[in-house]
Amino acid sequence: MRRNFSKITKMFSASVVAAGLLASAPARAADDTIKVGILHSLSGTMAISETTLKDAMLMLIEEQNAKGGLLGKKLEAVVVDPASNWPLFAEKARELISKDKVAAVFGCWTSVSRKSVLPVFSELDNILFYPVQYEGEESERNVFYTGAAPNQQAIPAVDYLMSEDGGSVKRWVLEGTDYVYPRTTNKILEAYLKAKGVAAEDIMVNYTPFGFSDWQTEVSAIKKFGSAGKKTAVVSTVNGDANVPFYKELGNQGIKAEDIPVMAFSVGEEELAGLDTAPLVGHLAAWNYFESVDTPENKKFIADWHKFIKNDKRTTNDPMEAHYIGFNMWVKAVEKAGTTDPDKVIDAMIGVSVPNLTGGYSTMMPNHHITKPVLIGEIQADGQFETVSQTSGLVMGDEWSDYLPDSKDLISDWRAPLSCGNFNVATGKCGGKGTN
Amino acid sequence: MILLRALGLTLLFLMASLLPSNAAEADLRAIIAKFATGTGFSATEAVVRELAATGDPLVERPLAALAEGNLYIRKADSAVFVGNESGDSVELLDPLSGQKSAEAAKADITKIKVNNTLRRVIRDALGTLTLRAKDPAVRVAAAATMFKTPDAANIEPLDAAIAAETDANVKALFEQARAASVLVSDRPEADRLAAVALIGARGDRDALSLLTSVEANSQGAVKDAATAAIGSINSSLALWDAGQNIWYGISLGSVLLLAAIGLAITFGVMGVINMAHGEMVMLGAYTTFVVQQVIRTSFPGLFDWSLVIALPLAFLVAALVGLIIERGVIRFLYGRPLETLLATWGVSLILQQAVRSIFGPTNQEVGNPSWMSGSVDIGQLAVTWNRLWILVFALGVFAVLLYVMKRTPWGLQMRAVTANRRMAASMGIRAPWVDALTFALGSGIAGIAGVALSQIDNVSPNLGRGYIIDSFMVVVFGGVGNLWGTLVGAFSLGIVNKFLEPYAGAVLGKIVVLVLIILFIQKRPRGLFALKGRAVEA
Repeated sequence: MRRNFSKITKMFSASVVAAGLLASAPARAADDTIKVGILHSLSGTMAISETTLKDAMLMLIEEQNAKGGLLGKKLEAVVVDPASNWPLFAEKARELISKDKVAAVFGCWTSVSRKSVLPVFSELDNILFYPVQYEGEESERNVFYTGAAPNQQAIPAVDYLMSEDGGSVKRWVLEGTDYVYPRTTNKILEAYLKAKGVAAEDIMVNYTPFGFSDWQTEVSAIKKFGSAGKKTAVVSTVNGDANVPFYKELGNQGIKAEDIPVMAFSVGEEELAGLDTAPLVGHLAAWNYFESVDTPENKKFIADWHKFIKNDKRTTNDPMEAHYIGFNMWVKAVEKAGTTDPDKVIDAMIGVSVPNLTGGYSTMMPNHHITKPVLIGEIQADGQFETVSQTSGLVMGDEWSDYLPDSKDLISDWRAPLSCGNFNVATGKCGGKGTN
Repeated sequence: MILLRALGLTLLFLMASLLPSNAAEADLRAIIAKFATGTGFSATEAVVRELAATGDPLVERPLAALAEGNLYIRKADSAVFVGNESGDSVELLDPLSGQKSAEAAKADITKIKVNNTLRRVIRDALGTLTLRAKDPAVRVAAAATMFKTPDAANIEPLDAAIAAETDANVKALFEQARAASVLVSDRPEADRLAAVALIGARGDRDALSLLTSVEANSQGAVKDAATAAIGSINSSLALWDAGQNIWYGISLGSVLLLAAIGLAITFGVMGVINMAHGEMVMLGAYTTFVVQQVIRTSFPGLFDWSLVIALPLAFLVAALVGLIIERGVIRFLYGRPLETLLATWGVSLILQQAVRSIFGPTNQEVGNPSWMSGSVDIGQLAVTWNRLWILVFALGVFAVLLYVMKRTPWGLQMRAVTANRRMAASMGIRAPWVDALTFALGSGIAGIAGVALSQIDNVSPNLGRGYIIDSFMVVVFGGVGNLWGTLVGAFSLGIVNKFLEPYAGAVLGKIVVLVLIILFIQKRPRGLFALKGRAVEA
């Protein structure tokens, strides 16, 4: 009887403990997770590009949790949909930071969406990782730019075209979509080309609206511009959906890459997936990553991606690599700081170095930009890029272009004594203004 | 197997008859083997030049394969092969004979990389080698490359080829290529002047490009002749440019017509402000995509027919969705334009997101059938086949629709209900059903427009967005309720747009057109062709 009784008490106490555990489980889970915000459009015009980045982030977070999480806690993704609506980006960012209390946010694609969330991040003091190549002329304390600055993409691309390998191009068409990134990039390129001795009449600049689909006039103008007896190339900052009809028209009007190559800054594997690439073989793109890069890290990344997304056909692209680098940097900085407190993490970020997917290491510089290799690739018949040229070392992101009169004296250094994103070395004052 | 062997034997015989001796072939093989030893594009280029210098027609196969990116090195023994990819393995062919010699996994071989410069070098080399090819098209291509890359060394082979040429067209092209080469050689001035005259007569952009560089690099009589020739080419090209603008305008107009013609029914005839019209176009395009997917996996031989098969299906899909929208939403909102606008806007968002969830947010690849790829030159005007077919198609759809509206009992009922609903109902016409079917017809037409637009635009969930504003503009400008107005409106907007674009740029051009339409509507609120009658005033 006594025995029985003790058995019963034992069972009873065990069940109480179990019940207590069960009851406290959700509460503990909430305390024990670190929340990570994902701010990418899942509907609207930009969904085509941004949805992939949301999935890539979910994969990275899942992998980190499988490795045991961060600071002994699990990571929890908070996904919101700003619906390609720029003001909504700011609202959703506020919601992520104030309501969900996220430790950092990974997001935005277009420059205008980034500009719209900037005030929110500095007001509420949180961290944004921005993964897309952009026009530069900006360096904010709360933002880390893991995509390419103009000198990590546009300038090396133009250098390649000028070189003998690239065809010694003498005449330039700068074709872009009409918004801030192409306009600023083209301004920098125009200044750069003129500095290299290209005459003004050998540069043609043209802009088209977002989602432009009737390229007949533009393509025939390129053809006309190219028949002046000098080697001609097109530098394209055409963005998003407009690329597909542009390349189709190029193919149909018989402009071959051997005659007039098109160097694109916004066309990646993802954009080519909706195209018959056979007529485009040889046209170029400049990025910091190609899916075809042959390194063990990249092979693993692609295999993981296919497994995660359950589709062997899905491609990987440059902004995904940027998130891969940015996320790993953030993880390392949080471990270094021992906390997710944004102020401490922002300080710990500088100097953090993580492997990239192209076989080297990327480091976060004091100007909140990272070091990256620059790759020039030619489109192949299978929709992939074949690397034809690669910078010999890593290129450090230069936020304030040296080729624009407004920004050539500006530097950025977020380390302690200076702590300024727009320091003017000519006047010795913080608070200079760039081109936009 | 026997067949293969027989083929191999014939090939061998052919080779034997072609080759002067085996020694030459051994030499070629020795040069080809060098592809494996050098690294980098410049090393590959040197080997290509060495191969081309032999002048042996046999090198065409390895060079053409290299340009296509199909030349491989086997890692095990550094042997060079032409590869034929199939899945994970690659069929290796002998680079000279083209006979199958082995098979290898992709991991065991490396592709010899080519870039644009190398492709150009190979193209030039092949140009000289294929001057005597059997196929006239190959000879035309050879003449075209030699014209674009003139070289004094080309004169002799071209002279020989001209003497042997029987086809008059090809001969003329050879003579132009020879003239181009003469201009960069140190031939006497008389020869060069004759060459300038010959090239000036050719009169196209390639000729202009060549003469511009001649003008810059020569003196005296040749320079003057080149300047004169450039002037005359430029003035004839200016005429062609105007013609080209008209063609581009007509082509843009046909796209606008296709996009707007369904709306001319739903908005123009029925008066429903249908914001989901663009999504009907998108559904048509996605139907084309699905049809092509099925054809690709199950009946690859039918690919050229895919659009013809997709047409009725796209019509049915879009018409069905249109019918559901009319019965489910719009019929409750007749006479309340604001609510209709908001409701159909909501429907358009639902449709977009549904497609995004099913097919994913990325673009889907819709291929061009072979009869819709490439272009045909009419004088100096490049007319692309897909645009031409879309124009024909748009006019065809318009004609059919006009017939349905004007000559069939259903069309009569439709017009009756539009003109005076109550009167029509009193005459025994079931007005609600006519409404539903009319809306379905408009949607179905939008669906088949989607089939055509899938050939020139992205197939993505956002496809419809780009056309909705333009469609409304065309219908309002042309005159609400009048099909002819839609036709004239579409083509005039297209042509005005394309004439403005070269001067004002695409962005400003669009703005100017919009402002012009607004001004026009102020003057004539009912558009170009206004309907007259009592019902319209109601």
